[in-house]
Amino acid sequence: MDIVDISRWQFGITTVYHFIFVPLTIGLAPMVALMQTMWAIKRDERWYRMSRFFGTVLLVNFAMGVATGIVQEFQFGMNWSEYSRMVGDVFGAPLALEGLIAFFMESVFLGLWIFGRGRIPVWLHTLSIWMVAIGVNISAYFIIVANSFMQHPVGAIYNPDTGRAELVDVVALLTNPTALAAFPHAVAGSFLTAGTFVLGIAGWWMIRDRAKAALHRGALKMGLWTTVLSSIAVAITGDIQAKLMFIQQPMKMASAESLCHTETDPWFSVLTIGTHNDCEAAKHLIEVPGVLSFLADGRFSGVTLQGVMDLQAQMEQLYGPGNYTPNLFVTYWSFRAMIGLMVGSLALAAIAWFFTRKNRLPEGRNAQIFNVACLAALPFPFLANSAGWIFTEMGRQPWVVHPNPNSVGDPRTEMIRMTVDMGVTDHAPVNVIISLIGFTVVYAALAVVWFYLIRRVVLAGPPVEVDADHPDYQASAEEALEPVRFSHNGAAEIEARAGTAASTAGGGSVALATKPSEHREPSEHREHRGGGGRHRVKEPTDRPSAERLTDPTANPTNPFPNNTEKES
Amino acid sequence: MFGLDLPLVWFILIAFLFAGYFLLEGFDFGVGILLPFVGRTEAKRSAMLRTIGPVWDGNEVWLITAGGALFAAFPEWYASMFSGFYLPLFLILLGLIVRIVGLEWRTKVDTDYWRAWCDRGIIVGSWLPPVLWGVAVANLIRGVPDNAGLVYPLLNPFGLLGGLALTAVFVLHGLTFLRLKTAGELRERAGALLTPVAALALILGGAFAVAAQFLYGKDWTWVATGLAAVGLLIGIFGALRGRDGIAFSATSIAVIAVTVLAFGAMFPMVWPGMDLWAAASSEYTLKFMTWSAILITPLVLLYQGWTYWVFRKRITAHTVSA
Repeated sequence: MDIVDISRWQFGITTVYHFIFVPLTIGLAPMVALMQTMWAIKRDERWYRMSRFFGTVLLVNFAMGVATGIVQEFQFGMNWSEYSRMVGDVFGAPLALEGLIAFFMESVFLGLWIFGRGRIPVWLHTLSIWMVAIGVNISAYFIIVANSFMQHPVGAIYNPDTGRAELVDVVALLTNPTALAAFPHAVAGSFLTAGTFVLGIAGWWMIRDRAKAALHRGALKMGLWTTVLSSIAVAITGDIQAKLMFIQQPMKMASAESLCHTETDPWFSVLTIGTHNDCEAAKHLIEVPGVLSFLADGRFSGVTLQGVMDLQAQMEQLYGPGNYTPNLFVTYWSFRAMIGLMVGSLALAAIAWFFTRKNRLPEGRNAQIFNVACLAALPFPFLANSAGWIFTEMGRQPWVVHPNPNSVGDPRTEMIRMTVDMGVTDHAPVNVIISLIGFTVVYAALAVVWFYLIRRVVLAGPPVEVDADHPDYQASAEEALEPVRFSHNGAAEIEARAGTAASTAGGGSVALATKPSEHREPSEHREHRGGGGRHRVKEPTDRPSAERLTDPTANPTNPFPNNTEKES
Repeated sequence: MFGLDLPLVWFILIAFLFAGYFLLEGFDFGVGILLPFVGRTEAKRSAMLRTIGPVWDGNEVWLITAGGALFAAFPEWYASMFSGFYLPLFLILLGLIVRIVGLEWRTKVDTDYWRAWCDRGIIVGSWLPPVLWGVAVANLIRGVPDNAGLVYPLLNPFGLLGGLALTAVFVLHGLTFLRLKTAGELRERAGALLTPVAALALILGGAFAVAAQFLYGKDWTWVATGLAAVGLLIGIFGALRGRDGIAFSATSIAVIAVTVLAFGAMFPMVWPGMDLWAAASSEYTLKFMTWSAILITPLVLLYQGWTYWVFRKRITAHTVSA
């Protein structure tokens, strides 16, 4: 393991971690915004409960997205300083814009959404979750613009005096065809992730709690539509990307197929055995004709694809001796995994549509099948997202800035290229090993906690009933307490009335008690409300839910008798 | 552009972003450090975290944007500094990570055990960044030793003093913020800690500011040093007299003044052997970035300021209800 390998592992691990959480946020934020909008317009409290339920999942996940993302902003300079020097002039701009436009928007308005419930008017509160939803998608655009420059550098020229790429055309950078294809593809993949998630969770709850199937049906339909539409979008945008890749990065295209020699109309291989990194040893077992030609150029025949061996020879001629072939095993299988793993979402969508059409609910054995399908499908889109990015990033190896094929022979731009080993910081390996271990261990621990929390929230289910008179529900800006006065007389007044002050409970999420309240120590903040929270994670047979709805012990002023609400 | 020296403009803008970060996250870190000292009961701790709850995430973006702006405007500086301060930055990032999840997840499970772990994350994540940022900034002023990627060359007397001073000033800043944002028992408890915190902030902050001024300052940075001193003093006296608004405004001015002093003392060398003009991007990039900043920054300041207005009410330990 030399410094290049350690740094590559570190960047790969941290980025894949980050992108476990990112797609769910990008897709789920607009869905939660839509749920809340449905409630705000129709005042149908089912949508309110759904938006609170999935909003809590969104918040748990958002924290992880922020925590893993913060490392990325610094990592370029920490581990890839030579790369940062070379392209910072171009690469830094989208990163700065992302912070300025998107990150501020999403984090400020998320705070407003969590804590503004019952404090700002409903329309403004709904607008703030929309701002979050728009913000996360804008941030995806800018970071993909930055990544697309690495895949297909445009809008810059090389300055031989400084040895740096310099931005000359920001419009070209922001409308890089690679970015305009990759951004919708990533967003569609994110919506597929969130749609599958909402569909799976809502479907699973419908089986688990039949009495309240009507509550979850809306979310199920929303998840189903999102899944179906986004899988179509994924396919179309993926096809566009493949055609670009055929022109811009032929080596990546050849590696995706483990295609050794230039061929006209090679068949698309579905299964290959053999050690892929020794080209000649690979045996294609199953092949389909026509597909690959269409993927590359939109025609079914007459397309010539260049092979890995020939491209390697070409590149050596152009860029000097070296190994310009990516890891064929990884590219071949990640490409297939990315496409194949969509099956999970599609199967779930088909099953869900079949079992719940015309307001039906599956019975008996069908219910079991549906139940299993709902949960089993959840990991698939996450894995597909990871596979797709691993293919994209490892397919351009050994380049960190892949040469633009149009630049060949153009003295102004042909030097805008960089291999990974030229871009790395010359650290003592021990430093990078320390940070590699540190990030990996901390992230792994947090990922376990993240899974535990999401599982908890899902098992707890949506809030059981809603009190329409509660300030959380009937938001009005007037019921605010006292404004700050710059004297403690005002503060003393507030304190005097604190016992009677209206509660401002209700962040954007629901805190869950772990034990029934009758077994819990009453803590200080609970005493003056007298509200007991109870939350049980149990089999649905434990107690029929109808009874829970008319629970006499529930505190009438607490809109969530099954959940204890608190704020941080 | 307008006949301006754009690298210099961006040096000032980077200083502005870091000043915003230290001003806003300064009291967040202060509240986190004070958590075990002021928040003796769960209700008090919840209320304390409520004071920063809606805003801390937006405050942290100032750092991310500062990082991005540094990358765009001064790639050489960004690359040298971030690889040069390797392990300190790694520790800062770990601190930020555990603090983020501690703050966000604290309310998600209603047990004392869970909250205790989240509080640990918040406390560790509130100590590490200010101490290490202080060390890093002090070394930037002083001139960075070789092997700065390791931690120990940075822990020279001046660097250590910078870390302690910045942390002490942040704790005072967090305390005046808490006094401003709370009422009743919680505010009294915060007031009881005022004297020791003020003494530490005065001694450490004063020593650092004087050392920076005499060793590395320029003539004009005397203004910043003076402002920092006046801000600290007014902040402390205002807080002792119960003038919360004045006290918080004064400590805010002190934090900004210290940042200005640091960047002023650094000017024009941003890294050993590199002045800010050598580190800057091309004219075109700086122009584009300047227009973006002119168009977007006021909007950000406007809506971020507005959220502070929305959550302007004082919080008591009773506010945070079950």
